[in-house]
Amino acid sequence: MKISEIVELLNAEVLCGEELLDNEVHSACGSDMMSDVLAFVKDQAVLLTGLVNLQVVRTAEMMDMRCIVFVRGKRPGEDVIALARDSGIAVLATEERMYPACGKLYAKGLVGGSVENA
Amino acid sequence: MSVPLKFHYIVSGGDFTSAGNASVQAKKALRQLGFDPETIRRVSIAMYEGEINMVIHADGGTADIIVYPDYIEIILADKGPGIPDVELAMQAGYSTAPDNIRSLGFGAGMGLPNMKRYTDDMQIDTVVGEGTTITMRVNT
Repeated sequence: MKISEIVELLNAEVLCGEELLDNEVHSACGSDMMSDVLAFVKDQAVLLTGLVNLQVVRTAEMMDMRCIVFVRGKRPGEDVIALARDSGIAVLATEERMYPACGKLYAKGLVGGSVENA
Repeated sequence: MSVPLKFHYIVSGGDFTSAGNASVQAKKALRQLGFDPETIRRVSIAMYEGEINMVIHADGGTADIIVYPDYIEIILADKGPGIPDVELAMQAGYSTAPDNIRSLGFGAGMGLPNMKRYTDDMQIDTVVGEGTTITMRVNT
């Protein structure tokens, strides 16, 4: 799935990374707990989260993720967007809540992917 | 033998805003050295978990990345409260992080076990009241 399809499916706003929208992503995860992202995620390229702080971007950067989707209408500050831009990570914002947002993407083929050591 | 390449980072405590910044810088440095993505990921995740821990529990500390021919060493040192029961702290899900840290997305009790999982060797030297030094090794 291209990141541009995520934008369409979630009626999302692109906050940064317009130039990355053509990139293909194959799996995603959803969590507000960065501890769990670090512990259980392996190769997911997309992070859906309702947590808004700089550590979301740094965690995504550590995990080599390519796209962050802020759900529930959460709007990150300019510092968060600037850090993501520096890291080459696309940032989207949607009014959708976590569960339907994940469901819509999953139904269109964006799977959960493998789990580290599971 | 050439002198091993060393990167030194100060991890400032107190302000959670900057937590993780040193690991982002270290990851960039390792990328420039041309290590494979999986090695870089393991080193940077282990350092990131440790860095977050130092900010939460120890008011910061220092992080050193030392590049040897066969492995990368990560040394995290703080002058925090120390870990009274290392075995307990190593249990997945055990956390002493305050509630406000959980609202920031951390403190699930996965940090130390995760650091061990992502590295080939991990040693914890800790003295209650004096501080903790964690030395990790990732084979390259």
